[in-house]
Amino acid sequence: MTELSYRDAMREALREALNRDERVFLMGEDIGRYGGCFAVTLGLLEEFGPDRIRDTPLSESAFVGAGIGAALGGMLPIVEVMTVNFSLLALDQIVNNAAALLYMSGGQFNVPLVIRMSTGGGRQVAAQHSHSLEGWYAHVPGIRVLAPATLEDARGMLWPAVEDPDPVLIFEHASLYNMRGDLADTTGDITSAAVRRFGDDVTIIAYGGTVRTAIEAAGTLAEGGISSEVIDLRSLRPLDTATFVSSAVRTHRAVVVDEGWCTGSLAAEVCSRIAEEAFYDLDAPVRRVCSAEVPMPYAKHLEDAALPQPADVVEAVRALGA
Amino acid sequence: MTELRSGGIRPSGIEIDGTHEHAIHLLRQMLRIRRFEERTVQLYSEMRIRGFLHLDIGEEACAVGVMESLRPEDAVVSTYREHGHALARGMSMRAVMAELEGKVEGCSRGRGGSMHLFDAPTRFYGGNAIVGGGLPLAVGLALADHLAKRPVVTVCFFGDGAVAEGEFHESMNLAAVWGLPVLFCCENNLYAMGTALDRYESETDLSLKAASYRVPAWEVDGMDVIAVEEATRAAAESVRGGGGPHFLELRTYRFRAHSMYDPDRYRDKNEIERWKQRDPIGSLSNRLGADGHLSEEDLDGIESEIQAEVEDAVTFAEAGSLEPLSDLYRFVMSESATGGATP
Repeated sequence: MTELSYRDAMREALREALNRDERVFLMGEDIGRYGGCFAVTLGLLEEFGPDRIRDTPLSESAFVGAGIGAALGGMLPIVEVMTVNFSLLALDQIVNNAAALLYMSGGQFNVPLVIRMSTGGGRQVAAQHSHSLEGWYAHVPGIRVLAPATLEDARGMLWPAVEDPDPVLIFEHASLYNMRGDLADTTGDITSAAVRRFGDDVTIIAYGGTVRTAIEAAGTLAEGGISSEVIDLRSLRPLDTATFVSSAVRTHRAVVVDEGWCTGSLAAEVCSRIAEEAFYDLDAPVRRVCSAEVPMPYAKHLEDAALPQPADVVEAVRALGA
Repeated sequence: MTELRSGGIRPSGIEIDGTHEHAIHLLRQMLRIRRFEERTVQLYSEMRIRGFLHLDIGEEACAVGVMESLRPEDAVVSTYREHGHALARGMSMRAVMAELEGKVEGCSRGRGGSMHLFDAPTRFYGGNAIVGGGLPLAVGLALADHLAKRPVVTVCFFGDGAVAEGEFHESMNLAAVWGLPVLFCCENNLYAMGTALDRYESETDLSLKAASYRVPAWEVDGMDVIAVEEATRAAAESVRGGGGPHFLELRTYRFRAHSMYDPDRYRDKNEIERWKQRDPIGSLSNRLGADGHLSEEDLDGIESEIQAEVEDAVTFAEAGSLEPLSDLYRFVMSESATGGATP
């Protein structure tokens, strides 16, 4: 086991993919000479050269679309978009092309493309760099949406995403890049949710940056004698419904933690599935802890208030009478 | 002509003596598109075809002239007005007609319809109905060829309307800055749906826009199939030889409305009639006739062969089957995809 950061783990995964298959190449804004806006790709230009580590103009639609085209042309592109907020400039390419081409062509043209982007708040970068819009992408058929929350998933989810014949979006919560730890073995699984903490009294469902929030809350709850099971969704589309529903059936209570806005959120989808499949096993209504429905404010006290905090999760669980 | 422009208008009216057999082939290809589309209008009124139907009638020289200059390994990215491109590229008329009728025998299994024709064997990548949305795809296809060092050209069709989209400018710049083998073919029919070019562009010289990205840009008489073929051949060979992206502005005109829904209130009838005088099919057949290379009998023979092909396509489409509803979810994801979770 080696001590490293989430950023290092992701870089190792990229390096592995570049070494494993010569069709793999990277492109995005400032991923080469600059080393990546979060330094994930630092050093890869020197190692793999400018053909495979391609700095792009600030043209999200063109370079994401070019990733789709290159995938159609037999390559295995990994495209980096700086933040999910910027990805809206490429929304046409992702939704109208990447997600639709296989179906629209009657099965002729699949798009083996990976798009990585940062998401989430907590860094005081305000309303155009902090939102969690991955739930929008999880709405769209034809793409796979992943949210690695651990070092192991940062390291382990990339290669199966590259190997996947269809477009895969990977959301990396920006607050995770500096998370350090020992890298355990990775599974290479991109389909299942994972139980991050076992418990009996309540199921707390989270993903990406909110997994840490949920685990911290579970620790506090344990001190008060409440045993929480924490589930990390890992894959936002498709959802591994069986894992969180069976947990809710067993604990009889569920809280969903999602940094997206509450209305029309991924959390809403998870709640619906629990209501549809586990209604008669519940002892209390399902609760959501989401971001406040405001554009993300800059000032720290306001941003903290807008984002789901461990104390909010603790309060939500206690309100269920667990 | 401005200093920026590296091309200039390509000569039309090239001598066709000595190549008249090829010219007759071009005429036949244009006629196939014209007669096919005229038949689709009938089928539309009979409600055999539904949805949007954008006709190419009047613009056939662009489709045929460009496709004649390509090689089988080249790639094509097209628009929602692509029946002509598909047929000229060599896609089966049967499969295209079946697609329009929503049959599983269609080139996209009836999933796409008129606007989304796809065909892997001829490297025909749609049928893209978001204006400008196909340009980044073409840049990416060319990037794949560039990285694999394949001498292949990706042709990208779009209309004048696409020039107002950001994706045009982003794609032109990206292809140029990376020197990618894309041939951008702008079919300038002077209208973005119902809005005239000079009402939506501050600079109506479209070649100038491409040239400003240091992309060699030529204006071509898009009503003259031989001029289109000549220009495309020269541009494609330059692209194939490592000359980076090129841009052709094919000046053309659609004789019909934008789609079957369009009452065509925004065009002067005299303008339409003036352009019809330059019908690419009539012009070429008249020239061939005047030069003694095409008799009335020859033309009748071609027409009846094409009629037979079109009717065969209709028969094929009518006899086709509807995809079973159990296949509704097929191809949302690849069938070899990892995992088995439901969406």
